[in-house]
Amino acid sequence: MTARTADIEDQPAAWASVRGGIGDRIFSGAALAAGLTILAALAGVFIFLLAKGATGFSKPAEVYGPHAESFLGYVFPLLVGTFTVSIIALVIAVPLAFGIALVISHYAPKWLSTPVAFVIDLLAAVPSVVYGLWGAFYLAKKLVPMHEWLHDTFGSWPVLGALFGEPNAAGKSWLTVGIVLAIMILPIITAITREVFSRTPRLNEEAALALGATRWEMIRMTVFPYSRSGMVSAVMLGLGRALGETMAVAMVLSVGFGLSWNIIATSSPTSIAANIALKYAERSADLLSVLVATGLVLFLLTFLVNFTARWIIGRSERRMAR
Amino acid sequence: MTATVEEIQERAHTPLVMPRLPRVAPAIVGGIALALALLLVVLGMGVVGSAVVGVIAYLVALPLWSLFIEGRRGATDRMMTGLIWATFFVAVVPLVSLLWRVVSKGAGRIDGTFLSYSFFKTQIDQPVGIYHAIIGTLLITLGAAVISVPVGVMAAIYLVEYGKKNKLAKAITFLVDVMTGIPSIVAGLFAFALFTLLFGPAYVSGIGGSVALSLLMIPIVVRATEEMLMLVPDDLREASYALGTPKWKTIVRIVLPTALGGILTGITLAISRVIGETAPLLLIASATDRTNMNLFDGAMTTLPVLIYGQNVRGDAPAEAIAWGAAFILIIIVVVLNLLARIVGKIFAPKKG
Repeated sequence: MTARTADIEDQPAAWASVRGGIGDRIFSGAALAAGLTILAALAGVFIFLLAKGATGFSKPAEVYGPHAESFLGYVFPLLVGTFTVSIIALVIAVPLAFGIALVISHYAPKWLSTPVAFVIDLLAAVPSVVYGLWGAFYLAKKLVPMHEWLHDTFGSWPVLGALFGEPNAAGKSWLTVGIVLAIMILPIITAITREVFSRTPRLNEEAALALGATRWEMIRMTVFPYSRSGMVSAVMLGLGRALGETMAVAMVLSVGFGLSWNIIATSSPTSIAANIALKYAERSADLLSVLVATGLVLFLLTFLVNFTARWIIGRSERRMAR
Repeated sequence: MTATVEEIQERAHTPLVMPRLPRVAPAIVGGIALALALLLVVLGMGVVGSAVVGVIAYLVALPLWSLFIEGRRGATDRMMTGLIWATFFVAVVPLVSLLWRVVSKGAGRIDGTFLSYSFFKTQIDQPVGIYHAIIGTLLITLGAAVISVPVGVMAAIYLVEYGKKNKLAKAITFLVDVMTGIPSIVAGLFAFALFTLLFGPAYVSGIGGSVALSLLMIPIVVRATEEMLMLVPDDLREASYALGTPKWKTIVRIVLPTALGGILTGITLAISRVIGETAPLLLIASATDRTNMNLFDGAMTTLPVLIYGQNVRGDAPAEAIAWGAAFILIIIVVVLNLLARIVGKIFAPKKG
């Protein structure tokens, strides 16, 4: 009790400590420092990749290996590989993710929607290397008949035929990688679309139902228009994930340098990320700087995609708040 | 005048409600489709193929029936309902297949020696195990948590308690969101570039892996903590200020304990997210056959990197080890997820 009184007497103006005590200044300074650390880390990624990889953009021709002579020639097939598998993944994952998001937000009764959401979150919890293992040792084999069927059925068609040329006998093609990636990006697209779907104003939905709309018509007329920008950015976030995914691609794809339209081919270029994982072990200084340079390209690419996606979400949130 | 009477009579025949299929219609059609699929299996068609045929049969038959009774709009609605539910089951198939595969292939490989020996053989007939990788995974992830938890939680405190609505806080919030999308391999390259520039080109260590993982973990911790802090009612803060408590003490004694359950849950989930990362560790922590207990010196194997290494080797014993390690990894992730829920329950603020 006496100590208490002494404390108070030590600080004649008690309110002063509320506003600007020493403890407060230290604590707020530490909090600010932590916030700035995050900005510094993000800038650091760019700076250090640039410092390490700057020389990788212009090495003598032999560094870029037997199949290319310049950095552009080296990175272009990898970019094609990266984008092809990502687009295949998106084509498969987006309709599924939107459907699942609708199940969770509008179709499933309440007692069922929580376990459904849990199952999809479980997909996100599985480590990527396990997906790679499953894709390489199991799924690829299972997809061999599908590869043959695709080639036999569509191989002779005029335009579509170009996509389904000579199939890979082990099933380790862009298509298989795309399917594995699709499963991996499903959770993030589902999570974001289900959020925006469930934010549709209840009154709009009930108005549509009251006018005699069926459930699907209600969703088409009220839910989709309201969540369009959220759906777009969810797709872009999924794209960002797919572009940067390393292990599943590195473990499943049989790598080659044959650039073609054939998505079930035996030797397709791999993705940037997987290429780094496959080549880093050589540890020659020249090649490493080239790999870091391709990593910088990947970083800027995914940064741009994610930045745009988040910007679209942020803008639509402001509009909704108004 | 007569025309009107006829009209009225006509109208009397149109029912007030649209004709609907009986409530059990989807169940009936579903049952028939299931029977068809089972029949195809019995006749010798593949399970996957018959399932696809069954689903398609359902998606065609129910809308057709509906088309004759309920009209075009009802039929479209029935078809979309079927399709949307089908998406969920399509997504469940790979998950079940993957988990089944990991459990059936991996569980058999697990025994005492598998968990307590490393790859490093001191005798020719010594059994191999994944002890070194389990130690590596735990140490590197612990390192990542030690770096990211203080930074992440303090940054979230800045965003919610100090930086309310100012430009810097908005920029940080936005960039944290963007950061969640950084590819893991880029995080690895960052750690690799940082440490090799500082300590020479041949540098490998576990702590480098921790730095790379914390780059991936910090945004998750910040988001989880931020959300929890925002849930703390302002009344609590104001009551504390009114008693003359300094702001920092209010945060430490009032705000953080109230949000503790959610924050711990978020941290645990963040750990479970990064514990399975492979690519960054491949670059900076590398791999070794020995058990390395020192986070700051020498190569360190983690479970995911070990799985990748076995996949590269590709022979039958290597595959068995890979599945066994994958099983352990999945168990760790599942336990962490369960732990997150339990921790959230225990530390939830008392109600009433």
